[in-house]
Amino acid sequence: MGAGACGLMAVTALCAAPGPTHAEGSVIRDDLGRDIAFSRSPQRVITLLPSATETVCALGACDRLVATDRYSGWPAQVRTLPKTGGLVDPAIELIVGLRPDLVLASRSQRSLDRLRELGVPVFALNSDRYADIGRTLRTVGRILGLPARAEELARSIDGDVRRIGGEEAARLRSDSPGGGAASAPPSVYFEVDRGPYAAGPLSFIGELLGFLGARNIVTPDLGAFPQLNPEYVVRHNPDVIFISAAEGSHLAQRPGWDTIRAVREGRLCSFAADTIDTIVRPGPRVAEGMRALAECLDRQAPRAAGVQAAGAT
Amino acid sequence: MSVQSPNVIFAKAVPDAAESSHRLAVWLVCCVALTVLLTCCSLGVGTSSFGTSWHWLLSPDAQSSVVLWEIRLPRTIGAWFAGALLGLGGAIAQGLFRNPLAEPFLLGTASGAALGVAVSLIAIDSSVGELAWAGKLGMTGTAFIGSCAAIALTITLSRGVLQTSSLLLAGIVVTFVLGAITQLALLAKPELWRDMQTFLLGSTALLSWSSAALLGGVFFVCLIPAALLSRGLDALTLGEDTAQTLGLSLPFVRLTLLGVLSFGTAAVVGQVGIVGFVGLIAPHLVRETLSVNHRQLLIGAPLCGGALLQAADLLSRWLVSPAEYPVGAVTACIGGSYLVLLLWRRSRNG
Repeated sequence: MGAGACGLMAVTALCAAPGPTHAEGSVIRDDLGRDIAFSRSPQRVITLLPSATETVCALGACDRLVATDRYSGWPAQVRTLPKTGGLVDPAIELIVGLRPDLVLASRSQRSLDRLRELGVPVFALNSDRYADIGRTLRTVGRILGLPARAEELARSIDGDVRRIGGEEAARLRSDSPGGGAASAPPSVYFEVDRGPYAAGPLSFIGELLGFLGARNIVTPDLGAFPQLNPEYVVRHNPDVIFISAAEGSHLAQRPGWDTIRAVREGRLCSFAADTIDTIVRPGPRVAEGMRALAECLDRQAPRAAGVQAAGAT
Repeated sequence: MSVQSPNVIFAKAVPDAAESSHRLAVWLVCCVALTVLLTCCSLGVGTSSFGTSWHWLLSPDAQSSVVLWEIRLPRTIGAWFAGALLGLGGAIAQGLFRNPLAEPFLLGTASGAALGVAVSLIAIDSSVGELAWAGKLGMTGTAFIGSCAAIALTITLSRGVLQTSSLLLAGIVVTFVLGAITQLALLAKPELWRDMQTFLLGSTALLSWSSAALLGGVFFVCLIPAALLSRGLDALTLGEDTAQTLGLSLPFVRLTLLGVLSFGTAAVVGQVGIVGFVGLIAPHLVRETLSVNHRQLLIGAPLCGGALLQAADLLSRWLVSPAEYPVGAVTACIGGSYLVLLLWRRSRNG
């Protein structure tokens, strides 16, 4: 949470107070705009969101977790914790019975109000954009009384992501036909599902692709995850397509898609299930996801040599 | 469940035969003309402006001819056949159940298909390559199998096809139970919800020539027996006992028509997902403008349904181009507004 948010809170004195025991007696505003008071840093934490579980563990507070949602599976040690259901079927009784002093949940979690009524301190999180990862990390760090650690981690993650992105972008620029900054970056299409829904530049995934120097065929005005007319993809003829392995093998059967360069030349990027988690979950493992994206893009993007060879034939 | 004859609820003064056939001819010409018009429009509507599309038609390059002839044309023709099958299914269902609210998904087709798709999605997701059947059948195949299985279950539960009310009740039971199983199965795989949503809202986006040909073939296979048995549906409007005394083999008529209804609907659900309202609305559109017997209804409703889904497909890709709306959401908006209009008109007249 940045300085602007602190100003909004009208508790600037608390917000400005530094130190490792920051959360002692502090009030922190969650992503639903509600002020949550913490008398001391929470020791019994339940996370109802995989990225929140990962955030808590990345801060080294994994041992404070007493339960997680059904879908949290990283790091391995959280798999043995009690599971409290998912976004649509939270196990209220179990959650209350575990007497947590903090529940981290998605803003769209159905049980938020019910849990609050039952006296459980619930903190709502929302991570749509890349910047939310660092912001959430710092907020959770403050709640848990680990602000310095959170700050350090947030900086290192952001540094990694930008470094990986910058390196790949530079490599693509120097290798692409014509060389130098004036040349066209590879165009990419990231399919979220077979609607076809795409990840636009305003989505978290789209931002990562942007850091890598790829040109998303989806324009920002279409929104974060637009359902595209399939002929849009055919007409924009992407160089590389990011898609699930199951769908990837059927792409050529879609009407007209066999004419797309990425399909014709097999320039597809698919990822294993646990890698996909690092790419689609806006959490502390984002640098890992970024690395996977960069590696595949580097492998599949058309290169100067290839282009010249194609031009020569 | 009270089941009334559509002719009682939607009664109109019966004109003499000559006027009736004249009106029918005019009506058919209008429907066909509308379809041709929509087909032409659909060539121009997509991710390019009308002007660009027009330019493509006159001087096509490699890419624009793929867009026009491999994407837009099969899509609109496939949408027409899917809509026609839904219209036919709706007309059969409303006649068979003697209920103007009957629609093709009444017997659990949609929920069976959804379960089939969910199972195939989970199978594909959990082990890539190992389950060759899931990949080979695809969502289309599993949806088709799912809907056929659901109807078989409905007929088994109702112990045959003779009792209208038990068939309807069994259909409702199957719809809800299979729906619940689908939801439970998907709880373990939240990332598949989105795929499922796409299917549940229907999509004409990925129709190819082969799917259009398949839907066309199924349409004619369904239309012929339905038209041949239309007199059976006419007799049924007089009540089941009367129909029997007219020398009709009720079990045969019912079973054949149910088979046609199921097969047609299952094929549509497999290709375009669950598109609501078309099957319900198309027969009403025909009845509102014409006073017809079932043979005419069974020809008119598909023409209406086809044009309706074609129009919905056109709107879905035009309104927010180059993005799209799910076609099922568009048909629901059109269909819902039409039903409300119908209701208001009726309450004013009544």
